[in-house]
Amino acid sequence: MSSALPWLALLLPFFAAVVIILFTKSHRGLSSFLSVTAVLGSFVCSCLVFNTENIRSIELTWIDLRPVLYVPLGLVLDDLSKTMLVLVTGIGALIHIYSLGYMKDDAGKSRYFASLSFFMFSMLGIVLSNNFVMMFIFWELVGVSSYLLIGHWFERAAAAEAAKKAFLTNRIGDFGFMIGILMAWTATGSVVFQDMAEQLGRITSYPEYLTVAVLLIFCGAVGKSAQFPLHVWLPDAMEGPTPISALIHAATMVAAGVYMLVRVGFLIQASSTALSVIAWIGIITAVMAALIATQQNDIKRILAYSTLSQLGYMVMAVGLASGEAAMFHLFTHAFFKALLFLGAGSIIVMLHHEQNIWKMGGLAGRLGITFLTFMVGTLALIGFPPFSGFFSKDLILALAYEKNPTIFWLALFTAFLTAFYMLRLIVVVFFGKPRSDHARAGREAPWVMITPLMILAIPAFASGFGFVAKLFLPVPGQEEHGWLVPGMALAATLAGITLAVLLYRRRESDPIDFALVRQRFYFDEIYGFLIKATQGVLASLSAFIDRWILDAGIIRGAGGATWGFGSLLRLLQVGNLQAYSFIFGLGIVGLIYFTLFR
Amino acid sequence: MITLGHYLIVSGLLFTIGFAGVLLRRNIIIIFMSLELMLNAANLSLVAFSRFRVDSGGMPNYNAQVFVFFIITVAAAEVAVGLAIIVALYRARQTTHVEDVSSLKF
Amino acid sequence: MSAFLFWLFALVMLGFGAAVVINRNPIASALSLVLCFMGLSALFMSLDAFFIGIIQVLVYAGAVMVLFLFIIMLLDLRVEKRRKFNVVAVAGGSVVALFFFLQVYFVVGQLSAAKQPFPPLGSPKIDDVRNIGLLLFTNYNLPFQIIGVLVLVATIGVIVLSKRELR
Repeated sequence: MSSALPWLALLLPFFAAVVIILFTKSHRGLSSFLSVTAVLGSFVCSCLVFNTENIRSIELTWIDLRPVLYVPLGLVLDDLSKTMLVLVTGIGALIHIYSLGYMKDDAGKSRYFASLSFFMFSMLGIVLSNNFVMMFIFWELVGVSSYLLIGHWFERAAAAEAAKKAFLTNRIGDFGFMIGILMAWTATGSVVFQDMAEQLGRITSYPEYLTVAVLLIFCGAVGKSAQFPLHVWLPDAMEGPTPISALIHAATMVAAGVYMLVRVGFLIQASSTALSVIAWIGIITAVMAALIATQQNDIKRILAYSTLSQLGYMVMAVGLASGEAAMFHLFTHAFFKALLFLGAGSIIVMLHHEQNIWKMGGLAGRLGITFLTFMVGTLALIGFPPFSGFFSKDLILALAYEKNPTIFWLALFTAFLTAFYMLRLIVVVFFGKPRSDHARAGREAPWVMITPLMILAIPAFASGFGFVAKLFLPVPGQEEHGWLVPGMALAATLAGITLAVLLYRRRESDPIDFALVRQRFYFDEIYGFLIKATQGVLASLSAFIDRWILDAGIIRGAGGATWGFGSLLRLLQVGNLQAYSFIFGLGIVGLIYFTLFR
Repeated sequence: MITLGHYLIVSGLLFTIGFAGVLLRRNIIIIFMSLELMLNAANLSLVAFSRFRVDSGGMPNYNAQVFVFFIITVAAAEVAVGLAIIVALYRARQTTHVEDVSSLKF
Repeated sequence: MSAFLFWLFALVMLGFGAAVVINRNPIASALSLVLCFMGLSALFMSLDAFFIGIIQVLVYAGAVMVLFLFIIMLLDLRVEKRRKFNVVAVAGGSVVALFFFLQVYFVVGQLSAAKQPFPPLGSPKIDDVRNIGLLLFTNYNLPFQIIGVLVLVATIGVIVLSKRELR
């Protein structure tokens, strides 16, 4: 019986999605009920699985072409996947409940919940897959769900564009991912993670091949977890409803990239070149995103860039050969980022969908519980002790300090910036005087939205503590690093808080204005230009070929050649009798010559 | 000794004279007459060969002479029709100069 | 026949043939042609082809050339005026004619039969009219009839071609 539990956890949301699409699309209340029930059921199953020791990983055979290819439909149930299972279903359940309030009056509520359930199914599939092929299938399905959910309000052009952009950018990463999988499969002869780990010796003898394969697999993570240079889709994904931003683009889907990297950590850690590339891409993303976040004015965009920055931290940790540190930060980040997004969602909805922070202000008194929970999330994010973020971020900083000083200083700078922009947000949104009528009229959100916030605040505070975390994850020992690194981190945080409070107290508008940073380093413009330039070149090339080679050359050439040849022959027709007879005689003489004398 | 070769060379020479006449003269009537010269050169060749091929009974091979008979007849008919055409042409163009009747060109 | 007579008549024929081509006056050309045919007929006789020789005089010199002369006089052709001398055309024509003759010369030179004298005939008197007539009406009867039709058609054609449009 217990072996069916993980399958149940995986498939319940899928059935909910199917039933909603096929049967209950017109009954919005029933659809949402089905979806919430399914995810709660999944959560219960996940907890049961978590508590069961030594549960076997079950397998069904899908493609059996041994010894060339063997693709099972199998679930892996080690500590890592069990923790992720509880995390994903837990946060997912809270967000489902929150959505009941947030999407109360939305016309597409059934479609929303169906897509949400489908997303749960796909995400759990990634977490539970025991082989690359199955993971890749669910990887793509998660991309599809993200597309559906970002573009939920597809009547808005911006949302439709953002959904397209997300999907396409993901696809670029997935292309590299696929080639990496093929390369790894060719070398090790299998796609099942367990077997690949055993066969690793076959691939390590070719270091360059291994590096290329790892970097290509990393491409998938670059796309899914929005690392530089494929980060451009995540801020635009904020066009989707806020619960979606919380679930997908903060807590779970973007974490899938990091999870995948940790899952195949044995492969990645075999190539040191790849590791340093991964670490550098991580830290570049972190710094860049933090810089951009300091100049954004949309509350969701600030949080989006903050997610990018934290993901950069996680990827950097993977690159510094510590998957445990990355998973620990992923774990704590899931809670406090989901909390922050849901808090932002309640602010937005109570201010009638106002998202500009300069139109808010003085909300500390009006939206009290939201304010308190938001503060908890912020303190966790900036790494203020004893909140959870402090421990996980500190671990990563200590790792960087040991392995690569340059990266350490950059990471420290990022921590400073993180504190700066989050406090900027707090000061501008919650303190001072209300800057618009919406802000003046803001009241606390309904209970169905407040309760998940309060529930999430608890792990956001407590999940960093060793004794809590050790229940879920292998947490590397943090005692031996001494007080130097935590001290420096704390100093950076405090400096950021101070600067933000000083600069932004009692302001009506932003005093700093760095255009380069505000315009997100012009990445979108550069990509747009590149795409247009390539298309322009291809179009003019095709036009040239069509006009000059096909049309003028081949088609009119054939006609023209015939016509020219004809005009040449025409010159023989002079109408002169004796010319004709002369040619005739010439022909006769020639004929006789060739017949008789040769 | 007059041999077959002499007759053939003479015939060839006559043919060449006629051929040159067709190529070089501009008057249609003269060209026509040169044409007749060519035909007669062929007749001479045929008759020479007829005399040369004597069968066992001591008779020349008369087949060639029958052929010459036909050629003469056909040549006569051709001259009649050709001259009729020239007359019609002269009535239309008032000229017998062959370079003036070159309107059948491109 | 003796060589002298052969050369005499051959020269007559060739000379007047050349005169046909060279003369400017069409009447002179026509009359030269008549004399050419006379020489030719004499050559036929020298080859023991009496019938053909007579027919040559009767038909060619007697009918065809008379027709030519009638037409020349009908059209009232005068001496041809000298036109521009086209060197290229003249050169080209002369060269082609010359080459043709050279080819004939070479061919005949290689013909072994050409060097042999004529074989003697069975009897000096030959009845070639009868022999030709026999061949004509037995072996070549069909072509003979067709020739008859041909001449009829030619006659009709001439009448049609030379009709004037009725005004």
